[in-house]
Amino acid sequence: MSNSCSCHAQLTPDHLAEVDRILESYRGQPGSLIQVLHKAQNVIGYLPREVQVKVAEKLDVPLTRVYGVVSFYSLFTTKPKGRHKIHVCAGTACYVRGANQLLNKLEEDLQVKPGDTTEDGKFSVDVVRCLGACGLGPVVTVDDDVYGRVHTGKLADILSKYDKE
Amino acid sequence: MSQVMLTIDGIQVAAEPGTSVLEAAKKAGIKIPTLCYLEEINAIGACRICLVEVQGARTLQTSCVTPVADGMVVRTNTPAVRRARKLNLELIMSNHPRECLTCPRNTNCELQRLASELGLDEIRFAGDTPPYEPDRSSPSLVRDPRKCILCRRCVSVCEKVQQVSAIAPQERGFKTIVAPAFLEPLGDVACVNCGQCALVCPTAAIHEKDQTAEVWAALADPGKHVVVQTAPAVRVSIGEMFGLAPGSVVTGQLVAALRRLGFAKIFDTDFTADLTIMEEGSELIKRLREGGKLPLITSCSPGWIKFIEHFYPELLPHLSTCKSPQQMFGALAKTYYAEKAGISPDDIFVVSIMPCTAKKFEAGREEMNGSGRRDVDVVLTTRELGKMLKEAGIDFSALPEEAYDDPLGISTGAGVLFGSTGGVMEAALRTAYELVTGDTPPSLDFNEARGLEGIKEASVDLKGTTLNVAVAHGLANAREILERVKNGHPYHFIEVMCCPGGCIGGGGQPIPTNNEIRAKRTAGIYSADRAMQLRKSHENPAVQALYQEFLGEPLSHKSHELLHTRYVPRSRY
Ligand code: SF4
Ligand code: SF4
Ligand code: SF4
Ligand code: FES
Repeated sequence: MSNSCSCHAQLTPDHLAEVDRILESYRGQPGSLIQVLHKAQNVIGYLPREVQVKVAEKLDVPLTRVYGVVSFYSLFTTKPKGRHKIHVCAGTACYVRGANQLLNKLEEDLQVKPGDTTEDGKFSVDVVRCLGACGLGPVVTVDDDVYGRVHTGKLADILSKYDKE
Repeated sequence: MSQVMLTIDGIQVAAEPGTSVLEAAKKAGIKIPTLCYLEEINAIGACRICLVEVQGARTLQTSCVTPVADGMVVRTNTPAVRRARKLNLELIMSNHPRECLTCPRNTNCELQRLASELGLDEIRFAGDTPPYEPDRSSPSLVRDPRKCILCRRCVSVCEKVQQVSAIAPQERGFKTIVAPAFLEPLGDVACVNCGQCALVCPTAAIHEKDQTAEVWAALADPGKHVVVQTAPAVRVSIGEMFGLAPGSVVTGQLVAALRRLGFAKIFDTDFTADLTIMEEGSELIKRLREGGKLPLITSCSPGWIKFIEHFYPELLPHLSTCKSPQQMFGALAKTYYAEKAGISPDDIFVVSIMPCTAKKFEAGREEMNGSGRRDVDVVLTTRELGKMLKEAGIDFSALPEEAYDDPLGISTGAGVLFGSTGGVMEAALRTAYELVTGDTPPSLDFNEARGLEGIKEASVDLKGTTLNVAVAHGLANAREILERVKNGHPYHFIEVMCCPGGCIGGGGQPIPTNNEIRAKRTAGIYSADRAMQLRKSHENPAVQALYQEFLGEPLSHKSHELLHTRYVPRSRY
């Protein structure tokens, strides 16, 4: 099983079995919470409630603490990522050139807030800190494609390229 | 270990190593203001109100988490200290919805009091209030995250004292919120409704669900015969809401006050506490004689019941099947009393005055309809009753002492003991001793069951029959006892109360409730017991009449229908 696969949008019995195997070696070790969550997320790509309950049960930590950690660290996510991942750069340069308007527009068009995934599971939107392409700002990436000097009028065009599947 | 010597505000102070500067100052009579600190439960240095100057330190120190050191020189009242405390309070206040005039904690709020004590005269910063709506999903409590100052006292109590961990800090930054996992509604998670969180919250961010309007409406309805029952622990705490000393026994004034509010009959939960002893005592003897499930564990505390349902469902058969005294009362008020008084049970409205927020949940449990309808209509906490009396303009301490009504107001000293940890055990032993041996016990006072120690154990000799008993209060202690039961410890009878100190420390009691106040209320309970003519439940003439006229005998078919119940296993998640 792949180690850093975050492309699955669905929770499968295989995932759960793999998580169970991981948890077995940490049974009753509340101190390993962050480590275990990390490993579980690597398997599934996100941390659904069901998995957090398993972690709470096996490590013997309250579910409130598990979710407290998951919701505190931005590296954890409770929602499956979309089939296409949109990243909007919010570094200073992009920000002053209107990254925020882009986020608002995305929210309007796709009904999705940063950190979330669209209803149909197609797109997820995240904010990133400086992609290092400040000269091109504001910068948006979709999967591995980088788009520079994006403005709200251009967004629909860009997204339509991913309409096919 | 030898003591540490330090100087606080020029005074030489001796302190145990490891204690905090705050505690040392308190012992020396020097008051340092605090907000997030809660004695023995929460010392996390979060609010930075307890700042002091420590000679040699570059910055001001939070005294609640700074340990004492030999030769330390501390100043608690310098211009820099006062300025910093005030600024920190100003920051805390900047995103707080300042709705004091309409707030449930108005005039009894630590934030409000601190603002006055620190002389806060302006709030220059305007922050957005936290982006959350009140959560009214629980039948017992309301969470209002907008008023939360993130002190985590509730979190510590829920996690350490109750070991329930229903709430914790979630999310981060501006969105940080104290809530159940996944921000689920409190009413949907494994919260036991004990209200200990509300009791320690310095603000109105967690408070009881206010149902006084329903009671005012019933009292104003000429078609309703509104009767009230008062739990044992209310008579030793309600006075505090009117400036009386904690633990003042104000039974007579309480009755008078309720009569003035317009209740048709003033009855006493102590009556059904006596009845509980008859039923539960008989159940214990039956299980002992017939080899039933042992140990038998008491079932009068609804927070405890929900706890075992969520966390130890496999041990449910150990619970007594007896309903709590509040629910026995409701079932009898709408059957036995209705019949006797010639009133249709549909016209009777039963109100309970309880020290407890979990009783609100209990009254709403599906199975609590022994009379064929809701047995108890509304549960008010001690605090809500205090509020009603104030609204009615009743000058509590000036009231004459009045007596409870017949027949559901007749009780013994054993009944009032239910208000305190160890009380059900003591009441049960007074009666069990006589039922088993046929003799009166050598002493009515059963001292092993008394006091605030978390777990109390004893072996009681009933003339040849030895009874291993244990008493636990606070759910962390209850959990410990259950683990012992699982490991096969040979107990026969266990009393568990959900709240520290028992009902006198219930989540619906006046704020503040701390160990000092708990001890005083407990003393009130024991003095109320001593003042009673009759002190053994089986001697209660009204209970005897109830059996003769209506129930037959303990554990009869009718008793089972009205006074006993069943439990439901619940999930932890
Ligand atoms: S919690 Fe206290 S400070 Fe806040 S609105 Fe209520 S009374 Fe005022
Ligand atoms: S009512 Fe009791 S169990 Fe529920 S959150 Fe408050 S302290 Fe925890
Ligand atoms: S709810 Fe109350 S006790 Fe809990 S963290 Fe907020 S202010 Fe503190
Ligand atoms: S009371 Fe010490 S930091 Fe809050």
